[in-house]
Amino acid sequence: MSSYAKRLMWPVLVLVALIVINVSVTGFDFIVPHVNDGRLSGAFVNILRRSAPLLLIALGMTLVIATKGIDLSVGAVYAIGAAIACQMIIDAPDQSAAGLIFSAIALALVVTAVIGAWNGTMVAYFGIQPIVATLILMIAGRGIAQLVTGGQIPKVEDSSPFTQLGRGELFTVPLPIVIAVLMLVALALLTRRTALGMLLESVGGNPEASRLAGIRAKGITVLVYLVCGLCAGLAGLIGAANLGSADANNGGLWIELDAILAVVIGGTALLGGRFYLLGTAIGVVIIGTLEDTIINVGLSSQWQFTAKAIVVFVVALLQSPEFRGWILKPFKRRPAAPAPAKEVAAK
Amino acid sequence: MFKKALAGIGAGALLFGLTACGGGGDDSGDGGGDGLVIGFAQVGAESAWRTANSASIQAAAEAAGHELKFVDAQQEQEKQIAAVRDFITQQVDAIVLAPVVETGWTDVLQEAADAEIPVILADRGVEAADEDLYVTRLGSDFAEEGRKAGAWAAETFADDADGTKILELQGTTGSAPANDRKSGFFEVLDAEGLNYEIVDSQSGNFTAEEGKAVMETFITTHGLDGIDLLYAHNDEMGLGAIQAIEEAGKVPGQDIQIIIVDGSKAGFQAGVDGKVNYIVECNPAFGDQLMDVVESVVNGDEVEKFTPVEEGVFDATQFEAELPNRQF
Repeated sequence: MSSYAKRLMWPVLVLVALIVINVSVTGFDFIVPHVNDGRLSGAFVNILRRSAPLLLIALGMTLVIATKGIDLSVGAVYAIGAAIACQMIIDAPDQSAAGLIFSAIALALVVTAVIGAWNGTMVAYFGIQPIVATLILMIAGRGIAQLVTGGQIPKVEDSSPFTQLGRGELFTVPLPIVIAVLMLVALALLTRRTALGMLLESVGGNPEASRLAGIRAKGITVLVYLVCGLCAGLAGLIGAANLGSADANNGGLWIELDAILAVVIGGTALLGGRFYLLGTAIGVVIIGTLEDTIINVGLSSQWQFTAKAIVVFVVALLQSPEFRGWILKPFKRRPAAPAPAKEVAAK
Repeated sequence: MFKKALAGIGAGALLFGLTACGGGGDDSGDGGGDGLVIGFAQVGAESAWRTANSASIQAAAEAAGHELKFVDAQQEQEKQIAAVRDFITQQVDAIVLAPVVETGWTDVLQEAADAEIPVILADRGVEAADEDLYVTRLGSDFAEEGRKAGAWAAETFADDADGTKILELQGTTGSAPANDRKSGFFEVLDAEGLNYEIVDSQSGNFTAEEGKAVMETFITTHGLDGIDLLYAHNDEMGLGAIQAIEEAGKVPGQDIQIIIVDGSKAGFQAGVDGKVNYIVECNPAFGDQLMDVVESVVNGDEVEKFTPVEEGVFDATQFEAELPNRQF
């Protein structure tokens, strides 16, 4: 547990620093939510609400990365999920029918889960490298989404209950936050209170040894990609519901990179093995807060990418025991050597 | 060494084979043989405007009997550069380029110039330093669009004693429409001597998603009280922002006046609903005009460096009548 806390310490510190910057510029209104029209709002709540799709995708990505894999197709799958649901709803005569909305959501989730399972099958059974297997759909997926929407941007009526998925609330908490947190809790319980998490780390650490030890490595790999696809589809639904439209080209554009960043910021190594769902969640909030910080501090749009790069750079350096040992060396009276050694042992 | 040479010859032969094929197909295609092969590197299909623009150009090319090689660059400059290089390899008669951003075109445009293939810019422009590397630009005068928006704002808020507070949603950072719609707008405000303050100005990347997200942040950071005007560089961002304003419990079009540029069906519908106060049109249906320009360029006629597309402006009294005429 102490190693877990240590892993989370640096991302949390960076997040706190970002929040302090925002509070110092815009006051405590930034962090303190208020109830507006029966719904929590305020800058930080908005950040969390907007980050919900990214959190869902990053959670799926964390599990995939734990198996030493990667899923580049999540952005395209996001677009496909959004396109299927919106197109099905606008094709119907009554856009508010409960049955229609339920089946549109179900169809989108089933299709995206199947896409995820297909990615997993290519990786586990056909031995295609994850980056290649998912790259195919990353490129082709947006084309599929465009075919679904016929190249247009389908716009769902604002009165349709479907939009509640992105704009609604449950006990004043915005629904996207509720869904994303439920997914975080469910995956955390599933991986930490059952043997599944250990099996995942084992498969990521050494698939062949895991198989010889009697773990169904291939089945677990397919399952993990399936969950990742499902998360991406769900994220797409929330994004589409928020806007009331599905943009096959821009919906979830580059979200796979943000998701990978969030996973890395959260302390999960791309080498597979140990994974930190809570760390990923903090990584997601850092990325979300960062985008608001740029506006709050008054930086121009041109700074957006650079600022993001700097923060990710700082977090990555802080995560590195070697860097910390090197930078702290002059301040330490005793030799710095034991510090990194302890880190390694704690892993 | 021998192997390398052989591979080179093979590749060369393949290349010639391809161009020969292209030429042959072209001739048999139109019978007359005067149909041109035109490479068109489109930005993407990021908005209804763009889809209408692609459709107009494709229809016009077919009607004029030209073969159009259409590449959808999905808003990536790398893909457009690759597409232009492909067109050069294929020895097309003319290249039409709708650049995603203004900068970074020097090399590839120079390659086209070296291959003596004329480049015509459609819609968006490139930076002034590359002016010699293309023949002409046909498209919207974005600065003029900005000036039209500015003229309305200057007139509407002329009597605003305490200064006009403005929020701006810019397009994609570095793109010509974002740069020019911004500069044209504020040029007129300054010239008219309007007392104004830019409360905030950020990029919404021309999408509804980012337009809404940025507007939400504007609202939590600055509040909406006292904000007079939102100037959105396109419909999609404006429509996203309208949602954010409504969700914050304010009335778009009344509590805060809104100018959008583009004029899509959805934009005009928002206007009819009273949520938008002024629309500056950016006309996508210039396919026929483009074909005329391409033909004169290939024939070696003198053309102006810039040909503007005809565009109108619409205020609240005209939205309802104009809505049925909208093509995208």
